[in-house]
Amino acid sequence: MASYIVRRILYMFVLLLILSFVSFVIIQLPPGDFLSTLVINMENRGMTIDAETIADLKKRYGLDKPFMGQYLTWLFNLLQGDMGRSFQWDEEVTKLIGERLILTTTLAISSLILVYLIAVPIGIYSATHQYSFADYTFTVFGFIGLATPNFLLALILMFLTVKLFGWSPGGLFSREYIMADWSLGKVVDLLKHLPVPLIVISTAGTAAIIRVLRGSLLDELAKQYVVTARSKGVREQRILFKYPVRIAINPIISSIGGLLPFIVSGEVLVSIVLGLPTIGPLLILALTDQDMFLAGSMVMMLGGLAMIGTLISDLLLVTIDPRIRFSAAARA
Amino acid sequence: MSSHSRPQEAHLPPAGDQAIGVGVAETAEEERYFLASSWTLMRRRFLKHKLAVAGTVILLLIYVTAAFAGFFALVDTHERNTDYEFLPPTRVRFFHDGGLQRPFVYGLRQEVDQETLAKTYVIDRTQVYPIRFFVQGHEYRFIGLFPSQLHLMGVDEPGAFFPLGTDRLGRDMYSRVLQGARVSLSIGLVGVAISFALGCLLGGASGFFGGAVDMIVQRIIEFLQSLPSIPLWMALAAAVPTEWPVLRTYFMITLILSIVGWTELARVVRGKILQLRVEDFVMAASIAGAKEFTIIIRHLLPGFMSYLIVHMTLAIPYMILGETTLSFLGIGLRPPVISWGVMLQQAQNIRTVALNEWLLIPALFVVFTVLCFNVVGDGLRDVADPYATRHM
Repeated sequence: MASYIVRRILYMFVLLLILSFVSFVIIQLPPGDFLSTLVINMENRGMTIDAETIADLKKRYGLDKPFMGQYLTWLFNLLQGDMGRSFQWDEEVTKLIGERLILTTTLAISSLILVYLIAVPIGIYSATHQYSFADYTFTVFGFIGLATPNFLLALILMFLTVKLFGWSPGGLFSREYIMADWSLGKVVDLLKHLPVPLIVISTAGTAAIIRVLRGSLLDELAKQYVVTARSKGVREQRILFKYPVRIAINPIISSIGGLLPFIVSGEVLVSIVLGLPTIGPLLILALTDQDMFLAGSMVMMLGGLAMIGTLISDLLLVTIDPRIRFSAAARA
Repeated sequence: MSSHSRPQEAHLPPAGDQAIGVGVAETAEEERYFLASSWTLMRRRFLKHKLAVAGTVILLLIYVTAAFAGFFALVDTHERNTDYEFLPPTRVRFFHDGGLQRPFVYGLRQEVDQETLAKTYVIDRTQVYPIRFFVQGHEYRFIGLFPSQLHLMGVDEPGAFFPLGTDRLGRDMYSRVLQGARVSLSIGLVGVAISFALGCLLGGASGFFGGAVDMIVQRIIEFLQSLPSIPLWMALAAAVPTEWPVLRTYFMITLILSIVGWTELARVVRGKILQLRVEDFVMAASIAGAKEFTIIIRHLLPGFMSYLIVHMTLAIPYMILGETTLSFLGIGLRPPVISWGVMLQQAQNIRTVALNEWLLIPALFVVFTVLCFNVVGDGLRDVADPYATRHM
């Protein structure tokens, strides 16, 4: 068990290393190096940049070295918490990303929780009331939920609120709290603004989970041990929750790994449409302005977030399912 | 391919039928059932899936319409009508002066509010423009082959007929939706074709050779699947130079969408190859002297072709959504290319949408098409995999 966890964590570090390489390739994708972009940007703003600063920056990012050397310099800086500078904002990337990353994480985790809170009861209900009116309704909504991309749903919800209530549900904070420091008031304000983005981000995931849970629970309910339990007079409720649900929920827990990248993707999109102060809008800005240090670092952070989430779900699965726990222990 | 029926499946009673005496054909119908190839059986099972059949028919209609977009279009898709900016959808009418008539539209008059300078369009009930069919109009290339001027319908000058309204530049949304369908829908097909090639190649190699190859391919797949696809797509798409020609951008975007798409197909191929290659008929083929490549193509591939088709059907909508998303964000396809996503760019500003809700119409087409693909894919999955008990 312990060695499985250690191996799993080591594996994640390997993945993170590959991710860092991919992110760096993304930073390098646009033609020209970023120092020349910086110089042009500074000159556009009427500033001159002296040769000494250029030499300093060159050294800091290892620009005089070949590709692998530059990558290693970048990686080394990254490990020390230096992600480079954003040219567009003239600010350290770490500073720009910091708070936004926290909000992104908050949104992603809350959405994940919401997905399960909605999907699990509905999935169980749909399976136990197969072909009922409610079951059909959920199925239809599920299909539509899967077919509607997040950004469209956000757009449609915004459109409806503007049409019906005359205000637009953008942003995560009221005006007076945007620049304010964190306080109880700000947290309450955040909670008020959360529902719309959360619903939008969760929809597609919820639809998928309902379908999976319904299918696997129906398979379990048709098995003989359920019939046996019923013939022995065990109450329906007890039969349902004691055995089939516990088994049917397993693929759901293991799907956190696949769901999290999906939710992070959705979060980025929805934030762009709704104008939430998370990574999303900053990422698209950075990409359209080819502010590549910023963009690459954000891809790195989002990917890392998803990978850590997957790690947690894997460890969770091991603790919940004894079969996996034992086979993991046996392999170790 | 139909000659490679799988005997174990040919004897399986179709889902939902009464149990048929296994092995002994008593009626002519049973006889036909036992003799049918697996593809025939699949076709029959699919035809029973009413919703999926309906979805297939609708998709075919959509694709045919897109292919003949020029014929169905009313006006040139790039033609700007400065007189008709943000014009709401024109209503087709049947009653004039209390009498039933052939379909027609009323004339429009533009009025400018002297205070706010806002333009409004007033219906002029004195002018009647009947909708004429098979009219001559602007020139287009019939499925890109030869020039033609024939259009399904149109109204006489100076009548204005915009069934889905016009956009910011006064361009006809209806004609643009049709034209956009060509790009949006074909990106799904091309993207899946690329994913399919990659998936078969890498997944096949992974399953067949095993060992180090398998290990490397599987780690690559795991890595790609653990990444959030949208940020990755965004980063790659943003790096596509804006000055590239249209076709090259189109191909690049499709390739970017396939980077994630192939992983799922590769998993299916690998899983099926691992499962099938220990079967007796593979052993028989290799003893008979068949080469490895022949075994894969002639004996293994037909065995899981149906699964691949299912996965491809379900992968197409994913591609369509990907293109729409990227283009909507302004980093996928760019004007003058017309795609549903590019059209939705105009809907980015919620204030504009609130005043001109028909700008969201391309979104309905996206959702509807994706819905059809999902329904068809779901039906196909039931057909291709009779052992999987799915209760959808």
